[in-house]
Amino acid sequence: MEDTGSIVAFWLLAALTLGSALAVVLIRDLIRAVVLLITSFLGVAGLYITLSADFVAVVQVLIYVGAISVLMLFAIMLTPRAGRNNAETFFRIPGILLAGLMAFTISLVSLDTDWAVVERGGFEETASAIGEALLDKYVLPFELAAVLLLVAMLGAILLVHPEGTDEE
Amino acid sequence: MAIELEHYLILGALLFSIGLYMALAKRNFVGVLMGIEMMFNAVNLTFIAFSRFPRFADMTDAERLSGHVFVIFVITVAAAEAAVALALAMLVYRNRETIDVDRMDLLKW
Repeated sequence: MEDTGSIVAFWLLAALTLGSALAVVLIRDLIRAVVLLITSFLGVAGLYITLSADFVAVVQVLIYVGAISVLMLFAIMLTPRAGRNNAETFFRIPGILLAGLMAFTISLVSLDTDWAVVERGGFEETASAIGEALLDKYVLPFELAAVLLLVAMLGAILLVHPEGTDEE
Repeated sequence: MAIELEHYLILGALLFSIGLYMALAKRNFVGVLMGIEMMFNAVNLTFIAFSRFPRFADMTDAERLSGHVFVIFVITVAAAEAAVALALAMLVYRNRETIDVDRMDLLKW
């Protein structure tokens, strides 16, 4: 991580991620907030690439940018008479205080700790190693994740299914 | 100035704090969910950063990639959670015509 290109890439992607995250907080219109959230997710995907995590970056683009954001847009579009504004509740001041305290504490700790990093360089490519780990060491969580996704999908369908309108 | 682990940790902390503020203070349910997803992203970024900057020199690549596997699981659970949460939002909207969290107060008394 010494060459100029990766340093410039880090600062640009960090500015993109944090800037659009702040814009998501400040902007009033929910639809625009979701679009800016997509930009923030893309920035995080770029940061994964600077950390040589290629597979996770692709998964981030596919699932966060492609699926979760579209789900949020669906939820906004399907609730047309609900408020479309992105305003705060009365928790605004405590929220700002707590979030600021959180950022301050974590930053202080991460600057204060001696992480004793041994520089090993990035990975060549990660997809095959992740695949082997998923089917070898982490096979039980992998199968549980499959069941979890199935149950969540069935639950979501069952929840929004209109009552008393069975097919035919 | 080279980019070190601390840069990524502070970036993750800032992103987590923005997400925390959104999850605490936003009125619209979808806004709260956006904050939660932002917090997931911050934590994932820290996982990947710790995997890229290891502490022990004798870790194999497979051991270092545990962070990546954990991130995959977090993303999976986040997707399932988003689907169920948005279905719940639809359900609340159908009954109350609003998805503002400060008006979902039927259980308050």
